[in-house]
Amino acid sequence: MFRIYDKIRRTGRLTEALPPAGDKVAKLGAACQKEVAARFGGSLAIRMVDAGSCNGCELEMHALNNPFYDIERFGIHFVASPRHADLLLVTGVVSRHMQEALERTFAATPAPKLVVAMGDCAGCGGEFGTSYASCGPVENVIPVDAVIPGCPPTPVQLLQGILELLRKS
Amino acid sequence: MSDVVVSETQPQRVTPGKVAGFAGQLAAAGITARSETPLPGLAAELVLQPADWGGAARVAAESALRWSALWGDHRPPAIAVMALLFGADGHLLLRTEVAEESPELPSQAPFFVAAGRPERHLRDMLGVRFDAPDARRWTRHQGWDEGVFPLRGDFPAAGTPAAKTPPDAGYPFAAVAGEGVYEIPVGPVHAGIIEPGHFRFQAVGETILRMEEHLGYVHKGIEKIAVGRDLDRLSRLAARVSGDSTVAHGWAACQAAERALGVEPPPRALALRAILAERERIANHLGDIGAICNDVGFAFAQVQMTRLRELWQRRNLELFGHRLLMDRVVPGGVACDLETGQLPAFREEIAFLRGEMEELLPLLLEYPSLQDRLRGTGVLPPKEARRLGALGCVGRASGLRDDLRRDAPYAPYDRLAIEVPDCLDGDVAGRVRVRGEEVLVSLGLLEKLLQQLPEGPQRADCPAPGREVEGLGLVEGWRGETVAYLRLDAEGRVLRYFPRDPSWLTWPALEVLLGDVIVPDFPVCNKSVNGSYSGHDL
Repeated sequence: MFRIYDKIRRTGRLTEALPPAGDKVAKLGAACQKEVAARFGGSLAIRMVDAGSCNGCELEMHALNNPFYDIERFGIHFVASPRHADLLLVTGVVSRHMQEALERTFAATPAPKLVVAMGDCAGCGGEFGTSYASCGPVENVIPVDAVIPGCPPTPVQLLQGILELLRKS
Repeated sequence: MSDVVVSETQPQRVTPGKVAGFAGQLAAAGITARSETPLPGLAAELVLQPADWGGAARVAAESALRWSALWGDHRPPAIAVMALLFGADGHLLLRTEVAEESPELPSQAPFFVAAGRPERHLRDMLGVRFDAPDARRWTRHQGWDEGVFPLRGDFPAAGTPAAKTPPDAGYPFAAVAGEGVYEIPVGPVHAGIIEPGHFRFQAVGETILRMEEHLGYVHKGIEKIAVGRDLDRLSRLAARVSGDSTVAHGWAACQAAERALGVEPPPRALALRAILAERERIANHLGDIGAICNDVGFAFAQVQMTRLRELWQRRNLELFGHRLLMDRVVPGGVACDLETGQLPAFREEIAFLRGEMEELLPLLLEYPSLQDRLRGTGVLPPKEARRLGALGCVGRASGLRDDLRRDAPYAPYDRLAIEVPDCLDGDVAGRVRVRGEEVLVSLGLLEKLLQQLPEGPQRADCPAPGREVEGLGLVEGWRGETVAYLRLDAEGRVLRYFPRDPSWLTWPALEVLLGDVIVPDFPVCNKSVNGSYSGHDL
């Protein structure tokens, strides 16, 4: 137990001043926090939906929760149900087998709601495109408010994309 | 752990059967097989009569070989079917052919459980029918009609999809009845940041009686849309079969292409590939160890491991230009390099991570309230692991120590001694421990690879072959043995690409290890296996 406390003490806080991303993250986050405070009462709830990704986007989404980015400190958190969500973060092309599940998830999200297509697949079809198995980009299935390009987008790009959407919407 | 050596005293808990002499064993069982010159990288290759397909599997099971992969290839008017088996002395490819109008084969599933789902996949995709007890559809939901097969040559990649694909509500799950038995349907959209799939639980109270997986939700038509690509575009697709295994699948596909073309990548390229592969292994194990601990509420480990993983990924970007190392492996070599000036910092990073892991691992492995939750949870007994042919750290935590880097080595691993950690506990704690030890082994390998980094170019040319060629890639990814089959036309364009993710062999293990587990422990058990949905669904 003491060894754990000791390790925690020695690890210290990572969420500040970690160049080069540290600065950028802090600035981006502060800007996000302002928008979230103004428009969402201080709390933006995100529900992610993998509609047919290769799982690369999910890895970078996970990274947003690591101590370097710690996205929750900006009032942004991932929730377990679309019914609790303000924003759907959709990854991947929409596979035919996920089409109905994505539509239902969209329907289950209370209005007003935002949809972000994360990554090149969700944005424009990426490497998989449209085929017998894929409906192509997310906008072919549900309305999309913003696209965050990248394969996959980095955590900083993801934060940037969310901020841009909050500012314009 | 600073030096990687093969310990003479380690018990050789690996697949015991031998591929050499298998033709003789078949003959003794009354099965005639034609021996072919094996494709590069294989120990043996045998052509069978279709009627002997099941019988050969029976002999292989009796000979204690491990079943590895199954795929088909439409070559009108026939469909070629191939199965890959593994023995202590290398891989064996079985081939047969069936007519496209009556493609029927005896099933191998009665002798190898692992063959069941691949046979169902092959039926859905190519129409090859097996006389297996479980004849339900697998990869096909409602995205295309029964009776049409996307991998047939006359099926257009665009297909003829309906504007709206209905959900697969009528999938015939096996039913369990009895007093107090209830069902919990979970997915495809889950609660966490995770890929989609459906799990059907039958439970009594909190205890899981049975869990059945229904996958195929992220089927993106990878095998079909590969057709017609040149090798560069194939490697980009292979890099996205499963994003967390981008190096493993990229390497397997490129290795298949290089072997098909007779191209030898430069030694420096191979060393760099191994560096990328070990970095991928370490990143994923760090993420998994943290996530497993987090699933039993031990946030300390999650914070520490995600911290180390983030630092590691940032260094990936710095050294190689991509946080996940996508598209660094290319046909003929690699699309990145290490400059001499970067080596000292790389070595420091290795030493730093080793120090961190040597401090953190004992902490996690000895912390009573964590171990209380992980030990004895989700046990995959060694006998079951062998029956299922479980791969990677899932197999190794249950005493099945197959590792291609040591057992069927390819360059540059053929000049390195590889230690393969394992244990016999088969529980979640065991899978955490094996992951942790694999990180330390990989750090040792990275040091060796940096010490012996050859000079020279990073890439060789991959000229058009001028005739139809085929090749097989066999790589030990972080999830285990990763396979790629490739057939190319005279211009070097893809006629057939089949990537076999190790998850095909570990998803069935998850169903087995959930016996008597309580429903709330499903997430930690699932995470401890961490199958790829994308790599499996294709």
